[in-house]
Amino acid sequence: MVSIDVRNAYVDFPIFDAKTRSLKKKVLGKVGGKIGTDSKVPIIEALQDITMSIHEGDRVGLVGHNGSGKSTLLRLLSGIYEPTRGSSRIVGRVAPVFDLGIGMDNEISGYENIMIRGLYLGMTRKQMQKRVDDIAEFTELGNYLQMPLRAYSTGMRVRLALGVVTSINPEILLLDEGIGAVDSAFMNKARNRLVDLVKRSGALVFASHQDELLLELCTSAVWLDEGHVRQRGSLREVLTAYKGKDPYESIGAEAAKRLGIESSTPVGSGYTS
Amino acid sequence: MHTISTLTSDQPEEPGAVPPGRLPASRSFRRAFDDLRAGVAARELWSHLGWQDIKQRYRRSVLGPLWITISMAVTAFALGLLYSQLFQADIATFLPYITVGLITWHFLIGCLQEGSNAFIENEDMIKHLPAPLTVYALRTVWRLMIMFVHNLIVYVVILAIFFPALAQPGYTIIEEGGIPQPGLNVTALMAVPAFGALALNGLWVVLLLGITSTRFRDVPQVIAAVSSLLFFMTPIVWSIDILAAKFPETGGGWRQYLYEFNPVYHFLEIIRAPMIGNVQSLHHWFVVGGFTVVGWLLTVVVMRNYRSRVSYWV
Ligand SMILES: Nc1ncnc2c1ncn2[C@@H]1O[C@H](COP(=O)(O)OP(=O)(O)O)[C@@H](O)[C@H]1O
Ligand SMILES: [Mg+2]
Repeated sequence: MVSIDVRNAYVDFPIFDAKTRSLKKKVLGKVGGKIGTDSKVPIIEALQDITMSIHEGDRVGLVGHNGSGKSTLLRLLSGIYEPTRGSSRIVGRVAPVFDLGIGMDNEISGYENIMIRGLYLGMTRKQMQKRVDDIAEFTELGNYLQMPLRAYSTGMRVRLALGVVTSINPEILLLDEGIGAVDSAFMNKARNRLVDLVKRSGALVFASHQDELLLELCTSAVWLDEGHVRQRGSLREVLTAYKGKDPYESIGAEAAKRLGIESSTPVGSGYTS
Repeated sequence: MHTISTLTSDQPEEPGAVPPGRLPASRSFRRAFDDLRAGVAARELWSHLGWQDIKQRYRRSVLGPLWITISMAVTAFALGLLYSQLFQADIATFLPYITVGLITWHFLIGCLQEGSNAFIENEDMIKHLPAPLTVYALRTVWRLMIMFVHNLIVYVVILAIFFPALAQPGYTIIEEGGIPQPGLNVTALMAVPAFGALALNGLWVVLLLGITSTRFRDVPQVIAAVSSLLFFMTPIVWSIDILAAKFPETGGGWRQYLYEFNPVYHFLEIIRAPMIGNVQSLHHWFVVGGFTVVGWLLTVVVMRNYRSRVSYWV
């Protein structure tokens, strides 16, 4: 069984090169985490007093403004940041997909990149060898896969990265918003793979600004505001509170059909996942 | 990255509720050892990354990693030629001496220099992947070991050429007043455990310096600043019998402290002496053993306290 438990967790970033108090004043009051003042080294309290628990089968969407701590929370849940105060426990293999470009090497071929990216995501070389053909087919890159990555266009890189990421078998899948930033034509093709990936994974936490993608992948949601949990509940409920209107109202006709809902259903009915 | 498994309590877990009881603390020896164990277990990842680093460095060059070997050969030959003449030493024995010294020096100074950058240069990965820190340390040590093996080719070639001179019992490195050496024999096999000891120490050095340097960015600068001093203070291009021969009455006297207090000398000597048939002295092994124990103890304590801070500091 996979699970993540976080209790009263704080994430404080020390900012070593900012010795002057003037910087504190400058940052204070703008978006983002609170800035602590009592210690010598200024700190940014990116997350404060977070308590949450994620279990097998959970599909959690993460919403909140820029700088509210979504990416930081995903890193906390993955174990990259251990809480500065409070505690956390992660049981299961985490596949963090925060940045499609990470672990990609410009100088080596597409095939080699598939391999290394898979190793980063916790796969073994053997498991990756089995998947290479499937990934190659999905990316439609053909002979380009033998070329060094530096010969790829941005779109081609994204295809490659998405191909690898969606081929793994994660126990706990953590997705940051970058994954949705793919051009829509390719996204239509990638969507099915993404949905499959989420189905395969034991648990999902997905930070996103895209309602349609959230509705497709998640069932519950957490709203982060300035490093606090502002609200948690069912996805529709949280999205309604966060955006100030029911997400189903503004959903596109095509997406509505895919999700199996009427695009102008009143709140409280036809909620499928 | 793999399983970060920790204490599993037997309390029943309600969905959505955080189970009662204390969650494991970040600062514990258990977590430090888990990091080491999981890091070593991710062998495919760090060995791949270590190789990748080497290939990356020589990408698109025609000779590729062979350049490591070539540059070592050129350096060893030129320095060997010059210093053998300066010190009136026989090139047949001085060249092997300098070659093994240089090869080992590269590994040792690599552990210090590249070790202090081990986490800093992996900032991106550390912030995107929950991998044990040990993975990055092993990547660095593995890369240095691959370099070492490439350099060993120079040693093998030189050994093939000068074997008769080195296998001669009683040979001396310098012509006048040199210490008689036993010559190459089966005790050369001591080089194998010696290399193991170097690698084992390399790992703690990389972990310790790596963690310290992420917090105090002056550490890599300090190491860079003292590295050439260390090179000339260590008997690499000179040998201790040169010093002793200059002061025959006292056998060097206080001057031996110039190298006996230099840890690098002892690490160097445990592997160089067997490889060129020099006198092997147990006291080097005692020093290395002491460093291994104390170094690892210190490193485990530092890992316990600061392992979880590295991702905040890089
Ligand atoms: N490595 C870091 N060092 C210092 N501050 C950081 C770091 N990462 C994030 N922060 C701060 O934490 C807050 C939350 O950031 P982030 O998690 O990236 O928000 P989001 O993903 O919701 O846009 C911001 O105030 C940001 O400045
Ligand atoms: Mg973000």
